[in-house]
Amino acid sequence: MAYNSVVLVKQVPDTANITGQAMKEDGTVNRAALPAIFNPEDLHALEMALRVKEQHGGQVTVITMGPPRAAEVLREALYRGADRVILLTDRKTAGSDTLATSYALKCAVEKTGDYDLVFCGRQAIDGDTAQVGPQVAEKLGLPQITYAEAIESLEGDAIVVRRAFPLGTERVKSTLPCLLTVVDSANEPRPPSVRRMIAYKLAAIPQEYPDLLEKWPEFKTEEKLEAYLAERDLKITTWGGEDIGVDYDKVGLGGSPTKVLKIDSVMLGAEESKEFEASEAGASALVQELVQDYIL
Amino acid sequence: MTKQREIWVFIEQDRGNVAPVSLELLGKARELADRLDGKVCGLLLGHEIASEAERVIHHGADEVLLADHAELAAYRTLPYARVAIDLVQERKPYIFLMGATPVGRDLAPRIASACWAGLTADCTSLQIGDFEHKGNVYEDLLYQIRPAFGGNIIATIVNPETRPQMATVREGVMKMEQPDEARRGKVTKVSPQFDASDRVVQVLGREMRLPCCDLKGASVIVAGGMGVGSKEGFDLIAELAHMLGGEVGASRAAVDAGFIEKEHQVGQTGVTVRPRLYIACGISGAVQHCAGMDQSGTIVAINSDPHASIFQLAHYRILGNLHEVIPQLISAYRGTAK
Repeated sequence: MAYNSVVLVKQVPDTANITGQAMKEDGTVNRAALPAIFNPEDLHALEMALRVKEQHGGQVTVITMGPPRAAEVLREALYRGADRVILLTDRKTAGSDTLATSYALKCAVEKTGDYDLVFCGRQAIDGDTAQVGPQVAEKLGLPQITYAEAIESLEGDAIVVRRAFPLGTERVKSTLPCLLTVVDSANEPRPPSVRRMIAYKLAAIPQEYPDLLEKWPEFKTEEKLEAYLAERDLKITTWGGEDIGVDYDKVGLGGSPTKVLKIDSVMLGAEESKEFEASEAGASALVQELVQDYIL
Repeated sequence: MTKQREIWVFIEQDRGNVAPVSLELLGKARELADRLDGKVCGLLLGHEIASEAERVIHHGADEVLLADHAELAAYRTLPYARVAIDLVQERKPYIFLMGATPVGRDLAPRIASACWAGLTADCTSLQIGDFEHKGNVYEDLLYQIRPAFGGNIIATIVNPETRPQMATVREGVMKMEQPDEARRGKVTKVSPQFDASDRVVQVLGREMRLPCCDLKGASVIVAGGMGVGSKEGFDLIAELAHMLGGEVGASRAAVDAGFIEKEHQVGQTGVTVRPRLYIACGISGAVQHCAGMDQSGTIVAINSDPHASIFQLAHYRILGNLHEVIPQLISAYRGTAK
């Protein structure tokens, strides 16, 4: 029996490698100075979906919500084996919090049609909230299996999944369709395939046509480029809110129940600080002081 | 008379063992309720756990909402969410708090999504304050304060319109208050109703092991970073830690390098700790690490890099090679113990 999967992915700033240049004078983060990457745990979710497809058949559809630039992660998904990719992009969804995002993604997943499994990474490294997966599951009326590490069996409309926690594991059985959020110990995501990179390197959304024309002047006009891409199925599907029937009151800043009241830079600093020499005498003086202050 | 505002705490338990974070939250909820002239309700779900209700009251609850049912014996998302969602919709609490544990992080977004309530994950501080937005002033909102962007910034989030104001809170950041055994409260039993759709997920088995270390409860932590250099290097860290009666911590870099297991990781993506003494050895002091230990009572930093940002946080600094300094500390401490 074949299983169709939808994988929800996010393009995120690489927060693990924040350097001095990425912090502004006022202590806020300069997103533009950070490389944008495929959210790490979403790659494990994609890998799990691709393995289901290889073992059982079916289609893997990848959806991301974000600005036009997020098409980059969709190409990466194509290079790794996704059958279909969709960019959900609409200015009116900008500023959505996790709840508003989950609503928009729910509308998009429903629009893809037939699905048996929805995969997400456990959490994204920019917010670390781990909320969108369960919120989408609830809105789709699906059972959720968070912290999924392995699919132990998939048969008929039943799935057995091993969940991994910091201090142990749990095995659960669920009916399909269901939603899984995948942890990074689940698998080793495959690298992009060279053959697929050649096949899909031109896969693009219309906003990217001017750049493509610069690189490939032989196409001369956007129309000719578009005709070429359309013929080879290289036009990345983009959906706006209207395409998936969202209620605009439930997305964007206005549709988000949470509001950011303020952002503070992290100010680190001890009130008082004392240096000790790196020597036996210094070590001894430090220990003395700690003992005297009843810290040791 | 307007209804008294309710501050709810989800009481996480496993076979009757209440998670420490739930007791920590009861203390915080008590403080918020006193500020808001409201009441604290503990939401206790499980099977044969009624005896825990008193404990919840002793830690600060005015009322315990007790759902005791065989379907709730082991935590499963759907039956737990069903009970919580029904109760939220019936009683409309003002604030709803949970620990940011695997259970809390599984359950809270499910409830928030069903109730269209705003939810903030992994808070490290909660306060009450006002919010002005587009000419409206919202009074007495819950300030949900959390690190974001890998710990590089601290964001204060509010939910001006939706109720409950939901937040998950990191384990170990709120101080657990001493229980008051003289406290009295009300236990309200609720009878949950389940249907077939709540039962579609079954737990086949669960294997939990005991933690190899107790960072959250430790009063002394000796932590190592990249500067430790190897797996073997951590033996030295452990030697100092054990001599001081403490635990071994580590930075993400040291964990990622394979020097030590992830359970020892302190920081935004690891454990948040507040020991009496934190000795950071060969840790540069990435913001994501500091976010998990900057509440420590006294911080000692040992590092060979004079520009290491950990020094900005440290009360006591030793500029030097940890492989030389730690043995010196060990012998100095042995000297005082005699």
